[in-house]
This record gives sequence, structure tokens and C-alpha cells, in this order.
Amino acid sequence: MQEKIFVGKTIEAALAEAFDEFGVELDDIQYEVLDEGNKGFLGFLGQKEARVRVSVIPNRIDLAVEFLEGLVKRLGIETDIRVTEAERQINIDFLGDNIGLLIGYHGETLNALQYLVNVVASKQDRDYKPIVLDAEGYRQRREEALARLARKTAEKVRRYGRAISLEPMSAQERRIIHVALQNDIYVETSSKGEEPYRKVVIAPMR
Amino acid sequence: MRELVEYLAKSLVDQPEAVEVSEVSGERSVVLEIKVAPDDMGKIIGKHGRIVKAIRTVAKAAATKEGKRVEVEIIE
Repeated sequence: MQEKIFVGKTIEAALAEAFDEFGVELDDIQYEVLDEGNKGFLGFLGQKEARVRVSVIPNRIDLAVEFLEGLVKRLGIETDIRVTEAERQINIDFLGDNIGLLIGYHGETLNALQYLVNVVASKQDRDYKPIVLDAEGYRQRREEALARLARKTAEKVRRYGRAISLEPMSAQERRIIHVALQNDIYVETSSKGEEPYRKVVIAPMR
Repeated sequence: MRELVEYLAKSLVDQPEAVEVSEVSGERSVVLEIKVAPDDMGKIIGKHGRIVKAIRTVAKAAATKEGKRVEVEIIE
């Protein structure tokens, strides 16, 4: 954490010095007044400068990246971490050749890491943009694979005239299936079961 | 493995200095026991155990790399 003592004629002036040096605003810092300062009598007698200790509150992205870097290092994985901030979320991508380990079976490791990084980043922050983790475009590929599975299964349901349930999926993944088939006039989709075994059922349209 | 889990635990709690992780390592399996400050129990377990579950998943990934099974327990 960046921390430094600033001085100025007034507390405000000392803080202004800090904003310039760190390139931040009042919302981004924590400060402690060490000396309130004194304008002095007639502007010169007993004049004393104000002193404040200022520390920059680490932002969500810095916390997240620091956490993930430490983590991949301990997993013994070589990866680049790329951050892009979108309007409603922060995207963090792992880039590299051997990152299958970070994805896991059907993305379970990636999802666990995503959950943890959100918890860690939220420990000290005022901005609640969710962090979405990806690894070499995995989520996009998985989304396409799920949409394909949805269409293929819908085709079978139509042919055999009976319902088929898919394997258990996360809410995020179930949504992809529902969306993929929402305009299909031959089948309807619903979810059944309890988390984490909740699954999508594709049935002939009644 | 122990270092990884200790890192995760320390990143999640408010009192990282109170985190202790012990490892009992067998030929095919590793058992890791996490101990945290009493006030941090919730931080390490999470709602419905979601945090400890995520820690287990990450530890499992690391263990797979070493060809081992891993168990992660929180002890009081």
C-alpha cells in the first residue's frame, strides 16, 4: 500500500499535494491528521504547517491482480494476466499455453478462482463491479459448445417426442441453454433439482 | 501444496498472521488442515461453505498436477 506524509499550510493543502503525487481523489485515500497546523497570529507568529499521513486504498483491480499473480506463481503456472474494464464488469483473462489447469473440468477451477478473486477484491473496496475470469477464450468456447448441445438435444426431443434432461450445470450455464432454445417452437425448457445438481430439462412443446 | 492453501487462506481472512496450515502427506494423498482466528471462521468457510469449497477445488487442481488426492479441512 502506498503511504506517505504530506505537509501544507492547511490540511486541505497537504491533501492536495497527496492527490497530485498519487494521481488520486479523496475517495481513493485514507488519511490521518498528524498535525492540524496553525495559521499563526497575524500570519507569522506561531505559524505551523499541517501534516497528514495519507495512504492510497488499493482498488479492486489491483487487489485482484495481485491475488491472482501470487496464486498462479504458487500453482507453478506461467501465464500473462490481462485486465480489461468494461462498463458493468471487470474482465481478467489468463493467457498462456499451459493453462488447462486453471480451467478444470467444465471450468470448475476457473469458476472457483472467479469466486475467490471476487471475495478477495471486495474486502476493501467501494466499487462492486463483478470480476469475470477467463482463460484463453474458454468461456466463449464453452458457451458455443453448450448452445450446440442445446440444439442437438432439442432435435432429439422433437424426433423421439419425449423429454431429455441434461447434466447438472451452474445457473450461468443453464441460462445459456434456455436462451439458445427460447425461440424453438418445438421444445420448451425448464430447470429441476436443487443446486448444485440443478439441471435443464428439454421437453416437447405441449 | 501447503504454501498454496496457506496463501489462499491468508488472502481471505482479516488476521493473516493467525493462519496456520499443517500438511500430512502420504504417497498418494495429502491432508491439509487450516486453522484461523475464531473471528475469521466465517471468512474461510463462507455462506453455505462456498469459500472452503472453492479452496478445495483449487487445491484439487494443484494436486492433480502432482498426481495426488487432496483433502482440505478447517479445524477449530
